[in-house]
Amino acid sequence: MSHFSPTAAVSYFFNYFLMKGVLVTIGLTVAAVVGGLILGMGIALLRMSSNPVLAGAARFYIWFFRGTPLLIQLVVIYSGLPQLGIKFSVITCALVGLILNEAAYLAEIVRSGFMAVSAGQREAAWALSLSPWVTFRRVTLPQAFRLMIPPLGNSINSLLKATSLASVISVEELMRRSDMLMQEHFQILEVYAAATAYYLILTSVWDAVQRRLEKHFGRSSAAKARQVAASAPVAQASVEARA
Amino acid sequence: MSERSMARAEGATVQPQLREVPAVRMEAVYKHYGDFTALNEVDLKVAKGEKIVVCGPSGSGKSTLIRCINHIEKHDEGLIYVNGVELDHQRKNIDAVRRDTGMVFQSFNLFPHMTVLENCTLAPMTANGMSEAEAKDLAMHFLTKVRIPDQAAKFPGQLSGGQQQRVAIARALCMRPKIMLFDEPTSALDPEMVKEVLETMKKLAEEGMTMLCVTHEMGFAREVADRIVFMNEGKVVEQAAPEEFFKHPKSERARTFLDQIIH
Ligand SMILES: Nc1ncnc2c1ncn2[C@@H]1O[C@H](COP(=O)(O)OP(=O)(O)O)[C@@H](O)[C@H]1O
Ligand SMILES: [Mg+2]
Repeated sequence: MSHFSPTAAVSYFFNYFLMKGVLVTIGLTVAAVVGGLILGMGIALLRMSSNPVLAGAARFYIWFFRGTPLLIQLVVIYSGLPQLGIKFSVITCALVGLILNEAAYLAEIVRSGFMAVSAGQREAAWALSLSPWVTFRRVTLPQAFRLMIPPLGNSINSLLKATSLASVISVEELMRRSDMLMQEHFQILEVYAAATAYYLILTSVWDAVQRRLEKHFGRSSAAKARQVAASAPVAQASVEARA
Repeated sequence: MSERSMARAEGATVQPQLREVPAVRMEAVYKHYGDFTALNEVDLKVAKGEKIVVCGPSGSGKSTLIRCINHIEKHDEGLIYVNGVELDHQRKNIDAVRRDTGMVFQSFNLFPHMTVLENCTLAPMTANGMSEAEAKDLAMHFLTKVRIPDQAAKFPGQLSGGQQQRVAIARALCMRPKIMLFDEPTSALDPEMVKEVLETMKKLAEEGMTMLCVTHEMGFAREVADRIVFMNEGKVVEQAAPEEFFKHPKSERARTFLDQIIH
């Protein structure tokens, strides 16, 4: 085999076995985002709490999971924990690893979103006798969420690609199934061209969704920017993408 | 002093009604930020319907004073009564006081993601359980009063600073407060917009609203204030009618302050 066969690449793209891997990749991503957001919001709340023990625990969590490679986290959960008698199915291991890891990133995004809403907004809500719940639900959350969308989008884009690491612990997602096809047929470029196309499609679709979200929630964002510029300086949300 | 010990002895949250209950009564109030004393033994009494202008150099504690009155800032020592309710850090008393007071901030603090109308209806609907239709009527009433009913559907960021501040006043009035607190309401405005906000405040004063205004607009103070409260380094240094204060400031600090802002 001394050349690249486009027809073979196309046939891999429509390979049913590979397509099922794509679905697993999507499933892992969605589950990790949902689980990561729930856990991440909890961690963000702890991190912002005035209790130093809770805040410290949340800080430690974030430091730990952002400071170690996802690959090691997955391998430890899959191969290391059984040594302590803790054993999960492969897919559970992948989900636990991805959620724990994603939560650390999302916690920081959620927190910086809330920190970027100026104190004056909360003070105005208090002065108007709004309840803590209404203040959160109608004043702080919508403003924080708008600020969270861009970093949230970036994080989900990274996560989509990071699910490929689950192949190492034998989860049959897109990457793993590409490997399997490749080892069967030895058409390396053709198989990976199909896989690459799928990743590009997934990230592009997500990009489009993210743009729609930004537009939808940013209705008055230009107007808002002007108002913010006119009022007291506001802490900028620190935007961070997965390294 | 005897009034105060009586209130304490009875453990009452509502002070005994000896004469008419003042709108605000502060006794030996202290507020600390770490080692720094932002309010240093402040005594202040504001009668119902009275208009007070608070002035003084930057950092003298004017904002802290006014923010303690609706418990946006917690005082550390001393007593604060608002319409007879003691601000003693109990939730129900704080709520009662906040319902009686409206606040206008230097930086407006309108909710940028809501329209002008939504800014005005949110509190009446969620905190007072008003129906949407009622709340809208109420909001339009006060937006008309501050002369911007035509901007109701816009977002705050689409308005000029002066318009935003008038919306902020209308928003506060929608909760029908008995006391209005203003913290430098015109300091963030371009000069040509100061007047429209001051006019709105004057109108409010004419209607008998109890007002505490931190402002350096001495024309407004002369015209509207019943009393000027001058602060320096966390203390109320002088209190006098505007005429008296501007003509014969008693303290050296007030004299230099007046020289600086008038020139
Ligand atoms: N949250 C805070 N933490 C620490 N110091 C503060 C805080 N708020 C105000 N201060 C200090 O308290 C002093 C009085 O502030 P403020 O009441 O805002 O003054 P003014 O409104 O008269 O300019 C200032 O020196 C200010 O630096
Ligand atoms: Mg101030």
